[in-house]
Amino acid sequence: MSEQANNSNEDSAISVRAVDIITAILFLAFGLTVMIGSLKLGASWGSDGPEAGYFPFYISLIIMLSSTVTLYQAAIVNKNKKTESFVDREPLKQVMAVLLPAIVFVLGVQLIGIYVSSFFYIAIFMVWLGKYPLWKAIAVSIGVSAALYLMFEFWFQVPLPHGAWFNPLEFVGVN
Amino acid sequence: MEEINALFNGFAVAMTPFNLLLMLVGVTLGVIIGVLPGLGGANGIAILLPLTFTMPPTSAIIMLSCIYWGALFGGAITSILFNIPGEPWSVATTFDGYPMARNGKAGEALTTAFTSSFVGAFFAIVMITFLAPLVAKFALQFGPPEFFSVYLLTFCSFVGMNKGSPFKTISAMMLGFALATVGMDTVTGQLRLTFGNPELMRGFDFLIAVIGLFGIGEILLSMEEGLAFQGAAAKIRGKVVLETWKQLPKYWATSLRSCLIGCWMGITPGGATPASFMAYGVAKRVSKEGDKFGTGKMEGIVAPETAAHAAGTAALLPMLSLGIPGSPTAAVLLGGLLIWGLQPGPLLFVEKPDFVWGLIASMYLGNLAGLFVVLTCVPLFASILRIPFSIIAPVIIVICAVGAYTVHNAMFDVWLMMGFGVLGYVFKKLDYPMAPMVLALVLGDRAEDSFRQSMLFSQGSLDIFFSNYLVGGISSLALVLLFWPLIGKVIGKKKVAA
Repeated sequence: MSEQANNSNEDSAISVRAVDIITAILFLAFGLTVMIGSLKLGASWGSDGPEAGYFPFYISLIIMLSSTVTLYQAAIVNKNKKTESFVDREPLKQVMAVLLPAIVFVLGVQLIGIYVSSFFYIAIFMVWLGKYPLWKAIAVSIGVSAALYLMFEFWFQVPLPHGAWFNPLEFVGVN
Repeated sequence: MEEINALFNGFAVAMTPFNLLLMLVGVTLGVIIGVLPGLGGANGIAILLPLTFTMPPTSAIIMLSCIYWGALFGGAITSILFNIPGEPWSVATTFDGYPMARNGKAGEALTTAFTSSFVGAFFAIVMITFLAPLVAKFALQFGPPEFFSVYLLTFCSFVGMNKGSPFKTISAMMLGFALATVGMDTVTGQLRLTFGNPELMRGFDFLIAVIGLFGIGEILLSMEEGLAFQGAAAKIRGKVVLETWKQLPKYWATSLRSCLIGCWMGITPGGATPASFMAYGVAKRVSKEGDKFGTGKMEGIVAPETAAHAAGTAALLPMLSLGIPGSPTAAVLLGGLLIWGLQPGPLLFVEKPDFVWGLIASMYLGNLAGLFVVLTCVPLFASILRIPFSIIAPVIIVICAVGAYTVHNAMFDVWLMMGFGVLGYVFKKLDYPMAPMVLALVLGDRAEDSFRQSMLFSQGSLDIFFSNYLVGGISSLALVLLFWPLIGKVIGKKKVAA
């Protein structure tokens, strides 16, 4: 990452300091949520000992304290430090090229089941990012889907999602 | 010599044909997992865990622990041949391993790495064989306050030993604890922090967190770095192996030192990664040829590999004897024990001796099997790395999704996994450590139970954690480690001033 730090910051999508601050604020919000939740449960000493929220309350307190310090360090102490890049634009595109299709894939698993989604996900990924010929992509993705089916449903009898909305493989007997 | 007898019974348990087959399968899978980016010991075992639910527990743990040994071996292959550490603990192996491979000595480097790994693991297993029963016997006297102080020590030592910001370590750890409290409260039966969401009633399973943080997060990171694999050719001839073995005894001192460093770092939850760096650093300082380290010295491979394996193996000691895992992978194995209905901790040695000693015996056999598999099949494993990333990445994401789904057959968990993946990517880049978070998620319930029980004994007074020498000693040590970053700073300043 030291190489990236030396780059001119024009390529930077966002600085480390900014992400540090955002993360610390999210931690604070999380801590607050847990605190409210545990206060609702009762975080003190009940008739039969500590109440259900007793332990989480102190956890949330520590989260808020430690993330306040992190926030302070990132926002105030490091204010004038040279801003390092958290991620540059090009690499960010690469990351998104994996992340966004993966999210679509998970949605696909939920709606139309794992086998068909995996087939499309792997095939499209290979053709689009790997520049493979279509037949190779189709061969690999059918292979992976078939291997999944054999290993999980056939040998180990562990069911995988077949699609909550529509099961495209019903006609070949995958129920 | 009670232990020796027990160990032989263990061998009898482990040496059935079915278990031996599982060992080979486990080691081979483990090496593949160790070689592939995005799949490591912890998440690899987490993904395969659901497949073992139907097996007898002893066979299941033998296979899973063999995956772990395989992953430890596998990390070295990519470090040496491709200069890409497949696992974080093999980063230090690249320093001398890759230069050696480029000088045309890939075979020697690999043989050195595998043999050192084996030696490190063997040392740690012998230690476990004799020490674990003693620790367990001692821990039988522990009550809730003692257990809580041991948990405290475990978590405080993360704060003390981590190089990054202690506040980030604490935040990450507490995030793990907070997530662990979500769901049904085992004591009062109340639903906690679910905010009316039925999906959250199950709570956050740490297996999902492990698959997301280490699997998806790692893929995102690798993608950002734009990996291009260019590696040295791999082949190990029998003659090279024998010649290398002849040279290795020269480095017995380095080896022994690294074993000790590794065992220490493995028992305290320092883990394999810092152990390998520490051993490399010490070897460099002590060795006569220290200034030539980094140009392809065998000693520079011996030190980190021995320490990493010793640490990885020793991490199972506290898991078996106290129920406290020393590393994320040990934590996943511990999760497995709970799922199979075994309560890890000191009683395990008394109640399930077959299981414990079968596992310990399988460690000996598994590592031997591992050494054999890696020495004979290196070219095969190296060829896996030549598969381009644009095939590997989607396939691994598919495998992770399957792994996350099968834990509870819940689609919600797959979404959670994606969330943890993004979290892992951000955490890694901001130096939030993930190991303490995972351990907190695993141990959260147990730590909380022991805390509440202690509070019941003492009617809410924290004095109970200092009520006798044992618990007081452990608690004090924990506090010292917790404030170590601060103490270290003060000492450092005094030295500068003096």
